[in-house]
Amino acid sequence: MYQHVDSGERLIDIRDLRVWYRTTRGPAKAVDGVNLTINRNEVFGLAGESGCGKSTLAKGILGVIKLPGYFEGGEVDFCRKKSDSTLICEDLLKMSREQVRRMRWRDMAYIPQSAMNVLSPVARIDKQMLDGIFEHTNWSKEKARARMYECMDLVGLDKAVARMYPHELSGGMKQRVAIAAAITLTPDLIIADEPTTALDVNVQQVILQELKEIREKLKLTLIYVTHDMAVHAEMADRMGIMYAGVLMEVAPVVDTFHDPYHPYTEGLISSIPSIGGGRERMMGIPGRAPSPLEYPSGCRFHPRCPKVMAICSEEMPTLKQVGPERYVACHLHDEYTFEERANGGD
Amino acid sequence: MVETKVDTQQDTSIKSGPVGVAESEMESGAKVPPVLAAYNITKEFNIPTPGLQREYIAAVDQVTVALQSKPAKIVSLVGESGSGKTTLARIMLGLTPPTRGVITYNGKPVKELTKAERFDYRRNVQPIFQDPFAIYNPFYRIDRVLDITIKNFKLASSKSEALELKREALQAVDLQPRDVIGRYPHQLSGGQCQRVMLARTFLLRPKVIIADEPVSMIDVAVRTLFLNNLLDFRDKYDISCLFITHHLATAYYMGGPMLVLCFGRVVESGNIDQLLANPSHPYTEQLLAAIPSPDPTARWTERANIKITERPLVRDFNKCVYVERCPYAMDICRQQRPPDYQVGDDHYAACFRHQGKPERVVEVPA
Repeated sequence: MYQHVDSGERLIDIRDLRVWYRTTRGPAKAVDGVNLTINRNEVFGLAGESGCGKSTLAKGILGVIKLPGYFEGGEVDFCRKKSDSTLICEDLLKMSREQVRRMRWRDMAYIPQSAMNVLSPVARIDKQMLDGIFEHTNWSKEKARARMYECMDLVGLDKAVARMYPHELSGGMKQRVAIAAAITLTPDLIIADEPTTALDVNVQQVILQELKEIREKLKLTLIYVTHDMAVHAEMADRMGIMYAGVLMEVAPVVDTFHDPYHPYTEGLISSIPSIGGGRERMMGIPGRAPSPLEYPSGCRFHPRCPKVMAICSEEMPTLKQVGPERYVACHLHDEYTFEERANGGD
Repeated sequence: MVETKVDTQQDTSIKSGPVGVAESEMESGAKVPPVLAAYNITKEFNIPTPGLQREYIAAVDQVTVALQSKPAKIVSLVGESGSGKTTLARIMLGLTPPTRGVITYNGKPVKELTKAERFDYRRNVQPIFQDPFAIYNPFYRIDRVLDITIKNFKLASSKSEALELKREALQAVDLQPRDVIGRYPHQLSGGQCQRVMLARTFLLRPKVIIADEPVSMIDVAVRTLFLNNLLDFRDKYDISCLFITHHLATAYYMGGPMLVLCFGRVVESGNIDQLLANPSHPYTEQLLAAIPSPDPTARWTERANIKITERPLVRDFNKCVYVERCPYAMDICRQQRPPDYQVGDDHYAACFRHQGKPERVVEVPA
């Protein structure tokens, strides 16, 4: 069942983040002004069509943007808890590359879409997992190995897998290796970018359930990026709907599905086929997502929006709070003002 | 509801029953052969083994499926990766010869078709492939695929007529001709590209479309538009479709008969509403349970109880394909191949749990 997560502690505070890519035809604004707070110990689901910038946002948080990508502006505050339970927030974008590199894996880890692409085909699994541990700690070999087996056990991998090469494993096993590697140093944050998209549905179920259990056991924060809304319904506590480089709606998962505020969210929800019930004709969203090279004026969704108004093509709506825990960027909700802005949302 | 009618004409002929999903025949008493049918198709590939002995893997193992044209139906073929879905599609399209079994077109084996009949078969059985970008040459404008089709099948006698045909075809798939004509593939979205492919098949008004995972690479929001096009084709133009997917919910949306493939074999087949309401093979049950429901208030309550196993490379043909993962596995499952038991009207499952129920034997036309 869905449980509401107390938003008491924040882990990541993203303010006006812009990650652009250099192209010959001007900058491609993949992430163009994202404001988002991720709380500690929650599963945040990031959804959107392909090309909306959700993967770039995930990489932007990790600071692994490579040329031609670059940070155009913004702040990504990462808050660490000190032993006396005070929060120390640092801007990842202001740190040196070396500092961020040392934080990666120890404080924030990444589970990629296809584990085949991160595992080296010429090294055994244990070598690849231990490499990461030795790089970020000064543990002894025995301690590192013990920790590795512990993590492999958590994801249900046999010890024998450690001595195997990636090609000996199935897709689901490789994905488990990637998860095991990500949790070895118990990071605060794990970003999973479409970790199950390439897998069969029954393997996906196993992986998702394991991921969820581990997260609860280790009290991790998980940012789960996928276009599959059904997976979000299964996993997320809160959701962000991204479109054309900006967030359109941020809301608890139940509200996202049962009472979406943004017409784009409505469109996404109404295009998920489900089994059972009447076989009604689904609507979908006609048109195509805009190119990040030139976004439409005003609201970026207005050319496809079924509820478009005059103002939509002129003025870009900002993500504003319209209810407790609910944020939406849409002119339909312009008049609505939320009185209790105490918890600092914008 | 798109379709709820359940064909019950086949109850009487259980033994040596007809093909596929058992609704491909008989209209007002007269036997009409299905447009395209595959009877007991087996496709074996040999696998590298040390030594001289050759070993085979059956990618498709005695699959029978039929597509009729009137009334048109969308037959869904569901299975996970490696279950032989694409191999079956290629065999039905005539791109790969089957190792054993017969493909018939209008009741005549494809191998025996005359040149003219073969041309007719090529015209009336049209493919839609998975990757909407891989089909187009990025150097040519996208409507070239339409031009070539018009030229090769001599559909138009003048340029203006050809343009009119193109417009009509694009409008049939709900695309604006001005958005498409003269554009390059990279200027269109995956969904649009895939619908242009559908427009191409529309030019020919085929009897059957073989769609191999047509929506798996398209965004969710535009996926439905493509699916609605296929539904329109069925309802308005009597175009049947073999709809191959790994996504049960999409198959449900399309309606019609469904076949569940597991490691090359059809483990369960029947009308999709019945089949999903009453899954009778443990594989279907498990597949159904594994689908995340798009409702956050109805999450999984039970932990999945399956082992992630590799597909066994060399298979013992005399046992159930699912026995290694099956929670109900019995001794007999390891000794014999389960036949198709009739578990309901027009609903078959290849599982020994239904022993005692009537068996179905596929009648291959002479």
